[in-house]
Amino acid sequence: MMSKRLKEKAGFGALAVLTFMAVVPVVSIIGYLIWIGWPALTWEFLTQPPRKFLTEGGIFPAIIGTMALTVGTILVALPLGIGTAIYLVEYSRENFFTKLIRIAIINLAGVPSVVYGLFGMGMFVLTLGLGRSLAAGALTLGILTLPIIISTAEEALLAVPDSYRYASLALGATRWQTVRRVVLPVALPSILTGAILGIGRAAGETAPIMFTAAVVYTPRLPDSVYDQVMALPYHLYAISTEVPNVSQQMAFGAALVLLAIVGAMNLVAVVIRTKMRLKRMR
Amino acid sequence: MKMLKGGYMGNKNKMETRNLNLYYKGFQALINVSLPIKENTVTALIGPSGCGKSTFLRTLNRMNDVIDGTRIEGEVLLDNDSIYDVGVDPVVLRKKVGMVFQRPNPFPMSIYDNIAYGPRIHGHKKKDTLNEIVENSLRAAALWDEVKDRLHKSALGLSGGQQQRLVIARVLAVDPQVILMDEPASALDPISTAKLEDLIHQLKSNYTIVIVTHNMQQAARVSDFTGFFLNGEMIEYDVTNTIFTAPRIKRTEDYITGRFG
Ligand SMILES: Nc1ncnc2c1ncn2[C@@H]1O[C@H](COP(=O)(O)OP(=O)(O)O)[C@@H](O)[C@H]1O
Ligand SMILES: [Mg+2]
Repeated sequence: MMSKRLKEKAGFGALAVLTFMAVVPVVSIIGYLIWIGWPALTWEFLTQPPRKFLTEGGIFPAIIGTMALTVGTILVALPLGIGTAIYLVEYSRENFFTKLIRIAIINLAGVPSVVYGLFGMGMFVLTLGLGRSLAAGALTLGILTLPIIISTAEEALLAVPDSYRYASLALGATRWQTVRRVVLPVALPSILTGAILGIGRAAGETAPIMFTAAVVYTPRLPDSVYDQVMALPYHLYAISTEVPNVSQQMAFGAALVLLAIVGAMNLVAVVIRTKMRLKRMR
Repeated sequence: MKMLKGGYMGNKNKMETRNLNLYYKGFQALINVSLPIKENTVTALIGPSGCGKSTFLRTLNRMNDVIDGTRIEGEVLLDNDSIYDVGVDPVVLRKKVGMVFQRPNPFPMSIYDNIAYGPRIHGHKKKDTLNEIVENSLRAAALWDEVKDRLHKSALGLSGGQQQRLVIARVLAVDPQVILMDEPASALDPISTAKLEDLIHQLKSNYTIVIVTHNMQQAARVSDFTGFFLNGEMIEYDVTNTIFTAPRIKRTEDYITGRFG
């Protein structure tokens, strides 16, 4: 018979090993990326357009393109997502319509991103006539992110104690005043955290933009939402599959930059959350 | 005895319910409740848990409207006008009939912003006006001296008793006529409770107060009139002193002497 203490130790030991095994791939991927990609990160690489069929030069248009797509995604998904969540949590009573919305959200969350890409092409590029453009890409990515934003925002709103709502309503506030001045400020850190994580994911997606926004090569930076753009994930895809003779170093350099952008967004999410939490407690 | 002193029995009915029934979906929580609430008095509602005290209180400022599936029959009057008439905006009503909840529920904002919340949503913008309202409300709630140096610190840092007085100050800031309190002292220690009871005494001269309490001594100490509720019915209503010394109904006596509940 094992003693209780021994069992406990064995249990913790097993958990530690499992945790370690979960961390190993993450650390090795990032380590490997940095190892190979770091030397590629020169000033030229970060600030110049590509040359010679992407085999030389930099990735500047792709960086700008990805950032523009991200901002566009935020503009599409944040208001729509938060608005829907507010409607679901604060205004609607459970009814057929809200059930329909919820079912749609759950199902949308499970749709593969390439399907969003095809939908975006059919809907925004062709039907709405936006063409292959920043706007079509941002709309597609926005819809892709919507389920995550709605469900995290919903959770965040549900986590706000009803006692705040009652207090506000009992003071003669309208529902909207209550949402706007009490509920949202409390929920916002969690909403933004969820949103940024979701949008960070979208920023790394290839399939949704390859039919809607991204091109293999353009030295031009976008100056309207109708312009097509280079984007980091698609650039990676292109140089790894379609363009011969690209050095591994350049590919990994681009991957590293993409990782840094997504990582920076996640960092922003953490900072916002911490700051706002602290501010409320003071 | 209060009735002999003569003042309160003659006060006009600030509010009144007539044959009030309330249903939560299929469940009837209030049965034919008729009760006057006299102006500038404290009316206590007592009764065992689940007998409908909170439900009744919420009918007086239409906070039950917020709960899904409630239905109401009968009348609730404020200054002789029905508050459930189609023309009545609950938002306007709640400005006149304020409410203090069982657990202190300050907003996660500064003390100042908590008090200024009501005035702001009702359109006061000027800083001077707001400052004045905040100070007056906090003074009226006997909290000013304790918080005047930390107005811009979070209200969540206050003790439970201070939070409850803050919440009362927040209600006072919208200048209500009636204040409903649902077991306001149930989460407080004895000293905070005593302060709160003092405060209720002071507020009576300017406001009409309805307080739910499960503490009979408290009802006896703070109120002028008492209504005893049981299973959704209002069993007996009278001058507090009478209820506690010579109730007419056996079930009231049983409850007050602690034989059940
Ligand atoms: N939102 C609600 N939905 C359904 N039933 C409720 C609700 N609130 C209270 N009740 C029921 O109504 C009765 C009265 O409750 P309540 O007014 O809270 O009593 P008290 O405040 O006297 O303890 C109880 O039986 C309770 O279970
Ligand atoms: Mg209650």
